[in-house]
Amino acid sequence: MAKTAQWRKIHPPPPPPAQQQSEKPHEPKPETEQFPLPTILTYPSSTPPTLITQGAEARLYKTTYLLPSLPAALKYRPPKTWRHPVLDARLTRHRILAEARVLTRCRRAGVPVPAVYAVDEGAGWLAMEWIGGPPARAAINEWLKRRKEEEGGEGRAVPVTGKEERDKQLVALMRRIGSAVGRMHGVGVVHGDLTTSNMMLRPWEKGREPANGYAATGEGVGDGLLDGDIVIIDFGLASQSTSDEDRAVDLYVLERAFASTHSRAEALFTATLESSYKETFKQAPVVLKKLEEVRMRGRKRSMIG
Amino acid sequence: MAKQHPSGPLLSIGCEGSANKLGIGIISHDPTTGKSSILANIRDTFVSPPGTGFLPKDTARHHRAFFARVARAALAAAGITRPEKQLSCVCYTKGPGMGAPLQSVAVAARTIALLWDLPLVGVNHCVGHIEMGREITGADDPVVLYVSGGNTQVIAYAERRYRIFGETLDIAVGNCLDRFARTLAISNDPAPGYNIELLARKSSGRVLHDLPYAVKGMDCSFSGILTAADLLAAQMREQEARIAAGEVVKEEDRITPEDLCYSLQETIFAMLVEITERAMAHVGSNQVLIVGGVGCNERLQEMMGQMAKERGGNVYATDERFCIDNGIMIAHAGLLAYETGFRTPLEDSTCTQRFRTDEVYVKWRD
Repeated sequence: MAKTAQWRKIHPPPPPPAQQQSEKPHEPKPETEQFPLPTILTYPSSTPPTLITQGAEARLYKTTYLLPSLPAALKYRPPKTWRHPVLDARLTRHRILAEARVLTRCRRAGVPVPAVYAVDEGAGWLAMEWIGGPPARAAINEWLKRRKEEEGGEGRAVPVTGKEERDKQLVALMRRIGSAVGRMHGVGVVHGDLTTSNMMLRPWEKGREPANGYAATGEGVGDGLLDGDIVIIDFGLASQSTSDEDRAVDLYVLERAFASTHSRAEALFTATLESSYKETFKQAPVVLKKLEEVRMRGRKRSMIG
Repeated sequence: MAKQHPSGPLLSIGCEGSANKLGIGIISHDPTTGKSSILANIRDTFVSPPGTGFLPKDTARHHRAFFARVARAALAAAGITRPEKQLSCVCYTKGPGMGAPLQSVAVAARTIALLWDLPLVGVNHCVGHIEMGREITGADDPVVLYVSGGNTQVIAYAERRYRIFGETLDIAVGNCLDRFARTLAISNDPAPGYNIELLARKSSGRVLHDLPYAVKGMDCSFSGILTAADLLAAQMREQEARIAAGEVVKEEDRITPEDLCYSLQETIFAMLVEITERAMAHVGSNQVLIVGGVGCNERLQEMMGQMAKERGGNVYATDERFCIDNGIMIAHAGLLAYETGFRTPLEDSTCTQRFRTDEVYVKWRD
């Protein structure tokens, strides 16, 4: 820890370009310079980092690890100034370590997650394998948009039921989501923040599509848009747990996130998720029963029916 | 009657009494300019003695006893002499809230509606808070943190509904604060949360007691934190007893009410800011609006402000007139619904303890 502090003195993070800011207040700054970089990314040896996203908790940079040809994702949790420093340090440390532990556990058991390359919980970063492809959320929304355009109608969007032939791809993707979640729960990990933004669609390598029915590469809306393996990312709120309650809450969070981001396919999602979740996870029936309870628990729900 | 002059401003009266505040407000909407002006906002709060909470029956009795007085004061403040001609509708809180106080106010609202022959508009309390917050602050499409004694929700608008992105899984944040105030037996006047805030300000800030931190995705939980804080308070009393018996307790081991209030606030507000930030990241918004009684807390506003600033956005907050339950928000949200043709027929003018924010179809927004 003391060493880290010393390094920081030798390599101070580049100062924000204040002058530019005052001259052209509306011109967006280059993304990477928008925030001070973590020390690890300021060393002359590392490839220039690109800021990929600023999540609620962390910033994700694309950089390289060891070799300039090996892309890596570096997740940096900057200190939150609004949080009490003691609480902030405790949470950051705890979360980085928990995330690394959970990732390695999933990785060992073959659950599709990024591999861990390096960790520094004191400085608040974690370096991981770089996963290509779009987030499932973007792909699903784009797909739903194209499908709506295909329908052409103005008016209210009818719910996607999955019964039509052209919805095959979406159903297949949802099944892949359900089975990935099932496998994760099977190894005793709960994610804590399951959303479709936290699932990547890693493109299949040529000629290596799965042949088990999960891939439906036939004709449909937006060809190939929903192809790819589901890789679960962002284990920032994950924990190791085998409790049915935690698993059910995990599913509930996913269900609610799905309902709020892809409202049109909400009903289809719930049904597909449950069936594919059951296929990959032995204790699924118990968890799904618990899920019913969790759904009822939201505050101030009407008690009719 | 206002109904006969569709071009003139529309006036409505709002009656709120879902918890221990009885509020009556009168608002005016100008259909040509789209501006609204507050004509009256009168409130009377039922305050229970230190160490106790407000019971439904006592609160309902308070509302019944004060309704006519508060309503008269509101009419006088708005300069309304002939309500049956000047007002367009009577709005009341349909829910959510405590049953008995809600009923008392619903009965009173029905009475004045029949007396003045005006249509009734039942309003969702949470939607009232959100609409009033938007109106006062000018926040256009913010992520809303609604925090009060009975509710803790992170809300964002999408497709004609205020959708709940995160909420408490057990007790509301205000309830946690109120009950901890009861544990410490501090005054409920003007509000227990305010007195906790004052105590917390006196803390040196050097000691942060270890309390659970319960965030699950965008949801959170407060009952475990309350239990842990209560345990610390019990240890504090034990210390006090030991000191009274002449024992020496080291200064750095001392637990003080100030540090407890400080630690409690820091922990639960960090949770609230965190789930709000997560919702903002999720929907891609950088505006945040805080409504509800706990929204008056300046420490919460400060923390939220820092978070929003780091995200390149703004925090919008209102003061106690509009944060704490009031009649004007019911009048405002009710009038918005009234203008889209919404009415609550007398036979349906019930109230309910359970009425989720996302059950309301928001016809007045795009």
